[in-house]
Amino acid sequence: MNADHPLTAVAPEPGVRKPNPVLVANSLQRSFGGLHAVDIDRLEIQRHTVTSLIGPNGAGKTTLFNLLTGFDKPDAGEWHLNDGTLVGIAAFQVARRGMVRTFQLTRSLARLSVMDNMLVAATDNKGEKLWGSLLGGWQATELANEERAGDLLERFDLEHMADEFAGSLSGGQRKLLEMARALMMNPEVVMLDEPMAGVNPALTQSLLSHITGLRDSGKTVVFVEHDMDVVQEISDWVVVMAQGRVIAEGPPDVIGRNPDVIDAYLGSHHGEAAG
Amino acid sequence: MDWASVLIDGILATIGPITAAYAISAIGLNLQFGYAGLLNFGHVAFMLVGAYGTAITVDLGGPLWLGIIVGILAAALLGLLLGLPTLRLRADYLAITTIAAAEVIRLLVRSSWAQPLTNGVFGIQGFADSFFSLNPFPTARLYGIGSLVVTGRKLWVMLVGWALVALLTLLIRRLIKSPWGRVLKAIREDEDATTSLGKNVFAYKLQALMIGGAIAGIAGILLAVEQQNVTPDAYLPKITFILYVIVILGGAGTILGPIVGAVTFQFLFFTIDALMVNAQANIGWVGDILTPAAAGQVKLVFVGIGMMLLMVFRPQGILGDKEEALIDER
Repeated sequence: MNADHPLTAVAPEPGVRKPNPVLVANSLQRSFGGLHAVDIDRLEIQRHTVTSLIGPNGAGKTTLFNLLTGFDKPDAGEWHLNDGTLVGIAAFQVARRGMVRTFQLTRSLARLSVMDNMLVAATDNKGEKLWGSLLGGWQATELANEERAGDLLERFDLEHMADEFAGSLSGGQRKLLEMARALMMNPEVVMLDEPMAGVNPALTQSLLSHITGLRDSGKTVVFVEHDMDVVQEISDWVVVMAQGRVIAEGPPDVIGRNPDVIDAYLGSHHGEAAG
Repeated sequence: MDWASVLIDGILATIGPITAAYAISAIGLNLQFGYAGLLNFGHVAFMLVGAYGTAITVDLGGPLWLGIIVGILAAALLGLLLGLPTLRLRADYLAITTIAAAEVIRLLVRSSWAQPLTNGVFGIQGFADSFFSLNPFPTARLYGIGSLVVTGRKLWVMLVGWALVALLTLLIRRLIKSPWGRVLKAIREDEDATTSLGKNVFAYKLQALMIGGAIAGIAGILLAVEQQNVTPDAYLPKITFILYVIVILGGAGTILGPIVGAVTFQFLFFTIDALMVNAQANIGWVGDILTPAAAGQVKLVFVGIGMMLLMVFRPQGILGDKEEALIDER
């Protein structure tokens, strides 16, 4: 991180206030029976950064993603994007407000062409309304969208697959398509749930450069990841979850030395032996 | 064996208004099942509601045109009522609700409680006179070539029926080739992914259920008008499953699939029927072992075997895309 990065002055402690947060969550709680899947006092995501969310399996990372994007409802708590609250907002509305997510298991629309996968993500197309589709007049929007989709597909090296069914893509290509598709919506915040899972090492590098590319083009990226090396390489800020709580946050180099994090990942005995 | 008459009987039944009505109903089901992925197992109820909406309106003294509008709107309303509580839930809830609702509606209509309105098991007859008074063809005159002839009455219903098939197919084509149709297909593939792209999945599913239902209502009205008769027991659950066979046979999620499916199904069904009747009359040993009652069952066995062969050798249906059908298996 550069010395003039706005996060340099931020103390690496859970729930810390940040200078320019795009997404803020307060006292967010979600239980499944007796299990506190998510129990967060405060979490702020700094604008125009890559924030990675790490933690052992069952830490509540995906549940947090679901809550923030409206795919699940919290038992209590409040969270907002910019100044607009997202409490009680349906998932599709959250997406329209500029926070788009992807899924851990890739969700390509298999029996739609790659191009249609892209076009379906475009917002504000009159032809998507029932009457609008019958009356016509959406063809100009469609052409403009096709052009934008073509550019994005080129950026993600998928333009040669545009007319193929998305179901015929390889696993890594589907990850790329899902990311490109999310960008079709011009989101402000991109939430990537394990974008690297099941992707071969060669493609991982390309995916990582796409993620940093998103930040450099003015988006905020939050992503879930297991691999600490990957996290160290591209994150501006790391949030560590364990048992539903944020146990640490800070710049990646600080997090890598944090004993709590080492405990959470490797167990406390291991940490003692190593220390 | 009189092969020519077997074929003629088969063709006559295939081009008739009943096939047109099945094609229309299948167009509605194809929108729901083939494009939106909705498991509507009570499709026959939409036909019943359409037919009864029309018959009751005329029976109460209304004009037929009003009855037709009432029938179509009632079928769409049924889609709204069934969709509101179920479409937010997992797909199987719609399936369970629709299959149950279809039987509940049929039993309600035939109950003595509803008799003042529906005339119970006897149904309502003779409500479509004003439709036949518009018939430009002399009712009793025969039209056609050779022995392939239909009466002027049947010709009139046929023309209206197939014109409706064409119109509705064009409507569906316009809807499906639009961005609206693309969202519908996206929902069929993955609801969560479509939601994550900012689409109100619930609203789209409700629209598809209502439009498909209204189209089934039109099919029910056409059948009722053709027969000048509605009775509750014509709307058994098996009609829904015949319509599924038609949609899958033609190719679910293809624009012309419902028409091809309906024509193929009806042709096989009635040709086998004619074949059995002919064999009973003309081949001694067939007549000996096969009573007319048993023949009806054997006919269904043959139709079933035909469907199984189709699923084995052409799972995507007649018009379906092989490549597309295989994608799910990856």
